[in-house]
Amino acid sequence: MGDHHHGPAKGLSRWLFTTNHKDIGTMYLWFSFAMFILGGTFAMIIRAELFQPGMQLVEPGFFNQMTTLHGLVMVFGAIMPSFVGLANWLIPMMIGAPDMALPRMNNWSFWILPPGFLMLASTLFMEGGAPAFGWTFYAPLSTTYAAPSVTFFIFAIHVLGISSIMGSINIIATIMNMRAPGMTYMKMPLFVWTWFITAFLLVAVMPVLAGAVTMMLMDIHFGTSFFSAAGGGDPVLFQHIFWFFGHPEVYIIILPAFGVVSQVIPAFSRKPLFGYASMVYATAAIAILSFVVWAHHMYTVGMPVAGELFFMYATMLIAVPTGVKVFNWVSTMWRGSLSFETPMLFSIGFLVLFTIGGFTGLMLSIAPADFQYHDTYFVVAHFHYVMVAGAVFSMTSAVYFWLPKWTGRMYNETMGKVHFWISFVGFNVTFFPQHFVGLAGMPRRVPDYALQFADFNMMSSIGAFVYGASQIMFLYNVIATIVSGEKVSDEQVWDGAEGLEWTLPTPAPYHTFEVPPKIEATPAHG
Amino acid sequence: MSIKKSLVTAGAALSALPIMALAQNQVNMSPGVTRVGAEIYDLHMLIMIICIVIGVGVFGVMLYSIVYHRKSKGFVASQFHESTKVEIAWTVVPFLILIGMAVPATSTLLEVYDNDDAELDILVTGHQWKWRYEYLNAEGENVSFFSNLATPQEEIYNSEAKGEHYLLEVDEPLVIPVDTKVRFLITANDVIHSWWVPEIAVKRDAIPGFINEAWSKVDQEGIYRGQCTELCGSYHGFMPIVVHAVSQDEFQGWMSAKRADKDAQIAASSVDLSLDALMTEGEAVYKTQCLACHGGQGEGGVGKAISGSSIAMGDLGVHLDVGIKGVAGTAMQAFGEQLTDVEMAAVITYQRNAFGNNTGDVVQPSDVAQHKQG
Repeated sequence: MGDHHHGPAKGLSRWLFTTNHKDIGTMYLWFSFAMFILGGTFAMIIRAELFQPGMQLVEPGFFNQMTTLHGLVMVFGAIMPSFVGLANWLIPMMIGAPDMALPRMNNWSFWILPPGFLMLASTLFMEGGAPAFGWTFYAPLSTTYAAPSVTFFIFAIHVLGISSIMGSINIIATIMNMRAPGMTYMKMPLFVWTWFITAFLLVAVMPVLAGAVTMMLMDIHFGTSFFSAAGGGDPVLFQHIFWFFGHPEVYIIILPAFGVVSQVIPAFSRKPLFGYASMVYATAAIAILSFVVWAHHMYTVGMPVAGELFFMYATMLIAVPTGVKVFNWVSTMWRGSLSFETPMLFSIGFLVLFTIGGFTGLMLSIAPADFQYHDTYFVVAHFHYVMVAGAVFSMTSAVYFWLPKWTGRMYNETMGKVHFWISFVGFNVTFFPQHFVGLAGMPRRVPDYALQFADFNMMSSIGAFVYGASQIMFLYNVIATIVSGEKVSDEQVWDGAEGLEWTLPTPAPYHTFEVPPKIEATPAHG
Repeated sequence: MSIKKSLVTAGAALSALPIMALAQNQVNMSPGVTRVGAEIYDLHMLIMIICIVIGVGVFGVMLYSIVYHRKSKGFVASQFHESTKVEIAWTVVPFLILIGMAVPATSTLLEVYDNDDAELDILVTGHQWKWRYEYLNAEGENVSFFSNLATPQEEIYNSEAKGEHYLLEVDEPLVIPVDTKVRFLITANDVIHSWWVPEIAVKRDAIPGFINEAWSKVDQEGIYRGQCTELCGSYHGFMPIVVHAVSQDEFQGWMSAKRADKDAQIAASSVDLSLDALMTEGEAVYKTQCLACHGGQGEGGVGKAISGSSIAMGDLGVHLDVGIKGVAGTAMQAFGEQLTDVEMAAVITYQRNAFGNNTGDVVQPSDVAQHKQG
């Protein structure tokens, strides 16, 4: 109504009622950082208990609550919302759209998240304690044998799922309908492409997760036996349903991270992304394959050998498109004109460590070898290499990369670099030794361990404290930038950065591209 | 260059840490004591070496680029951004390498799944938080027993020094003969567990209501230790597995002794015991079976308090029911099969007289046997 050129509303109502993609993006980013700190606190408790053999700080039952909440909060609270926040900020700016296609739903999909997590966190104070069955919540530990708080957990998952589905529908609608004239699909920046594919994955699998938790609810409260053999059901059915969601889920987490790195590496190599088209196809191939590999998480459940072979071969195949991506990034750097500002450091850190995580992933795909790796610390090391050094490093890179465009102020480069090096060393000291203890026979999710694992566990804990503490520096740097950072002198910010978002004024105004931009005849990225 | 310097420092720190520890810690998978285990180890090494070689190549190219293609050195960027030939090559070559990996992986997997012609069948049942082993015997009665963690609470809670096999020791190990194909039939009583002994190369989930198969043929006599590898509740980290692989003669001797034990137990349950004897035995049973949930002073924890409890001080029949049949839907298990009648009588007597309960009740093994029959 009336004036379309208004600025943000004042006070709390700006945030509560906002339909602005930048405000909503900002809220998602801050919320996810808060969850990152919360999930990180749980991790610190876990590592403190594991610092030495013996039980020192917490009881075994509480330890299990910590591992469960750490996983849930990091996956659903920190990593996923952080990339949704990034999508909100960047997709309209990258495709030349004024806002997201469904702005009111956008507001709603953010604002149901905090109550969802409040509900999840409140279980910590309930009788019987918080969920203690791991973030994978295998039945019947999560049904017949769970604490009463499991019902709150189920509804929390429903809320987070609804939020994710609404967020992804919005992203799909925006990309399909709101591109500026001339912004064809194959001209879209890779970040937009990876999110486009991720959004389809989310819409496909979040309902499956909702189905799984609803069946749990039925088993717990309404006497059904979906997951109980005594009533004609099957506990393994739960695992099939969970991982049919869960495997695409890990690509939901990592594909947008691929997108970020595909923007950052060309910018600091001052060279176009190598193999743009093959990057798009590889992303799609990974997404499609992700639907037919779920049971590689379940090699030891006693599947028939034919099933084992199918899932082994399908899983190994994922190495091909993933390899293509790694080779493309390295080729982008090759004969570029490289510089190493903080975003580039985090992207190179991603590239190296994610590749290591990819290698261990390939090792884990080999079914007979997995009989020795399964549910050991080798797996813990593997997925932290892809989740933390993959998704979190990429996210950190993104914040440093776009923060100057968002705020019009430059972060402290020296502090950024120190943050990178402490994170990089801390991360590796934490997780590299976990490969060793895993191969030597230490199971995951144990609150105490045999003496031969003591040295590496202590090393891991020290690394974790260092990595955790370095995030405080990150928080400080971001706040200092927003409050009193030096004004960006060059509107373009990074001399090598390409894409529509860099053509906007710095800081990006509250409303952008109210008139569609003209897209050059030659694509920026290919 | 400050980046180079910090890179070197970080690299040195990273490589020094594992090497310091390498001297005394196991860092790799064990080939174990079975042929399948050795094959799995070879497969693991093969894939790892291929990954390392590819990694060195990829990271080498990247490092070269990082060192030489720098803006600060005035290197001017090329603008190439595709090459169909190269892109086809790095799609096809990895595919061929994968086929090279899949061939040995498939043959090893088929061997892992070859459960036929076993010479000995053992039913392994996971309970929260202990294992039960039952030797299936077509001709006579089966031999069965529970295998509990033997590490005392004092070691876990750091009031005593930890022993060499801390958390990897049990009161009664599984005994198997060497050079014999042993088939494990694996299931669970409550939640999902997973039975893993790395050195005999068996890991299979124990799933309530279903029976999984796995097998092993151990080459060398020895003691092999493992743990539960599926999160199964609070004490998941405290249900180890110990396997004694012995000669076939020794195995037969052990089996006869177990059968004799069983007969002796049946005989013992008809003899009445004194309150003192029951209390002494009862305290020992309480420590291994009840303490983790009900507390050292019967104060409760995961389970209800026993001190002052209406069950332990009330009707004996109800108390026996709870001990023998457990309480459905809670962590209180049915101990009727896990304990002998003597042990059950002793622990019930102990609970009714310890922790200030002082009921003065004496429960005899024959009472337990009678109660079981209804």
